[in-house]
Amino acid sequence: MKPIHDGRLEYLEELANKIREKVIETLLEAGSGHSAGPLGMADIFTAFYFHILKHDPKKPDWPERDRLVLSNGHICPVLYTTLAYAGYFPIEELKTLRKLNSRLQGHPHRLALPGLETTSGPLGSGLSQAIGMALTAKLDGKKYRVYCLTSDGEHEEGNHWEAAMFAGKNKLNNLTVVVDRNNIQIDGFTENVMPLEPLKAKYEAFNWHVLEIDGHNMQDLVDAISEAEAIYEKPTVIIAHTIPGKGVSFMERDFRWHGKPPNKEEAKKALHELRTLGQRIKSEHE
Amino acid sequence: MLNPELKLNPRLFNEDVEQKPIRDGYGDGLVLAGEADKNVVALCADLIESTRTEAFAKKFPERFFEVGVAEQNMATIAAGLGISGKIPFIASYATFSPGRNYEQIRTTIAYNDSNVKIAGHHAGISVGPDGATHQATEDIAIMRAMPNMLVFVPCDAIEAKKATLAAAKLWGPVYLRFAREKSPVITTEETPFTPGKAQIFWQSKKPQAVIIVCGTLVYNALLAAKELEKEKIGTVVLNNASIKPLDENMILDLVKKYPAVVTVEEHQIHGGLGGAVAELLAKYRPAPIEFVGLKDTFGESGAPDELIEKYGMGADNIKEAVKKVLKRI
Repeated sequence: MKPIHDGRLEYLEELANKIREKVIETLLEAGSGHSAGPLGMADIFTAFYFHILKHDPKKPDWPERDRLVLSNGHICPVLYTTLAYAGYFPIEELKTLRKLNSRLQGHPHRLALPGLETTSGPLGSGLSQAIGMALTAKLDGKKYRVYCLTSDGEHEEGNHWEAAMFAGKNKLNNLTVVVDRNNIQIDGFTENVMPLEPLKAKYEAFNWHVLEIDGHNMQDLVDAISEAEAIYEKPTVIIAHTIPGKGVSFMERDFRWHGKPPNKEEAKKALHELRTLGQRIKSEHE
Repeated sequence: MLNPELKLNPRLFNEDVEQKPIRDGYGDGLVLAGEADKNVVALCADLIESTRTEAFAKKFPERFFEVGVAEQNMATIAAGLGISGKIPFIASYATFSPGRNYEQIRTTIAYNDSNVKIAGHHAGISVGPDGATHQATEDIAIMRAMPNMLVFVPCDAIEAKKATLAAAKLWGPVYLRFAREKSPVITTEETPFTPGKAQIFWQSKKPQAVIIVCGTLVYNALLAAKELEKEKIGTVVLNNASIKPLDENMILDLVKKYPAVVTVEEHQIHGGLGGAVAELLAKYRPAPIEFVGLKDTFGESGAPDELIEKYGMGADNIKEAVKKVLKRI
């Protein structure tokens, strides 16, 4: 995979910030939904849909496309926003999130919206679905790659580790997992709720190739994806250290923002911070 | 008498009637489905012999996936295979699949419309000595209530083979229910099987009641019908393998003519075949019903025939239920 060249990197970082702004606006409009995860994963989603994935928004069912399976469906506001910016559906439609008759269900539903690879929400079941797709690629001799994005909290689900064992056994080298290691879940910090560490050693013990990156550094992610493509004998997991609520100071690293949307005042403050990059530049909106 | 049009086993009422486990039909059907379509794949959770997945695994090793004792993983891997173009069959004991992995089946297969076929083995209490933990008696109810899920409960090994083949050809999620023990072979290769169709296996000259039955207990229902006829009580025995979709027209037509019903199933009397029939009749044609099945209780260890008798699902119990329902007309 090609590295991101300098001018492009700057563009993608701006785009990721725009996606964060749209996530805040969308959550405000919806009146419910999750804030911290979507903000924390905006860089990774941007890198995937604007650099890493082989895909065509005009042909969402293109058989050769790479598959991105979102396992922790609750962070779908960032998936929907990225898909809209990539051209899968009108950006305007983001306003319908969680509303009656919307294609943007509270948790993603494959049949509802083009660009979604599966239905998810109940945790721990995304990796095994991605495995199924990776097996199909192998059976059919297809070159597409399968990516699975998971949260850290969902590693508490047994289903996820069942899947991890299976992928290690079957040496699924066309499968790459990205863990959103943001250290929070609904009830608190992951290490208090149910310690996951040593996470890297756990995956290694399950016969995975493990990489760790700064989840806000898109070039790091692209390099890790390139390395994963070159690993032949194992599936790869990229543990991406992210800041939940990234870009909004009062949301960052605060688990109380896992599962709630901003109110009007909070959204205004959040948008101001995002648009001024934390008061470092002047906002064009104000 | 037995319906001659369906070409049922002519030796059915002989003492030496051929006996075969219904699950054998799954194994045979799976191999045939695999031969017919290269997209058919099979998964198993450490039970390839007892779920009869072994023949497929040997014949098509590249299309078989052993997932270990992990039914949730089996269902969700199959979901991924199904939405990327494969026709996966997953097999385990029904208490574990669709028992343990119910939510995975609901979300990633049924709601997700993934083309997965779920084979629930060792269903009913005739599993025997393993006891209640391994006797699935609520599986029809949970699968029947699930949107976008079809449910077939074949009555013998031959019908099981046909149901397995039919499931491979139908688009979308299907639940197939199989029993462990040997049971009489009732149908023949010539007997048709059509999803959504029930079949009159037995009809007396002057029927008074309709016995609606599925799975292992079809044979007991036929025995009961034969004995009742000697006592001048006429019945119709309807083999209702297709629980969902239910053959509503057939059931309503019969109940219009003979408004007394007995449902028979190796399952809880709540939510299964009896529930399906009761819902239908309550809406369109109320009629008295007696329910033969497990009456809100778990099974236990024992020999299969002992359990069927103790829990009230033998031919005599079906006869009593017919007499009882006729008194309620």
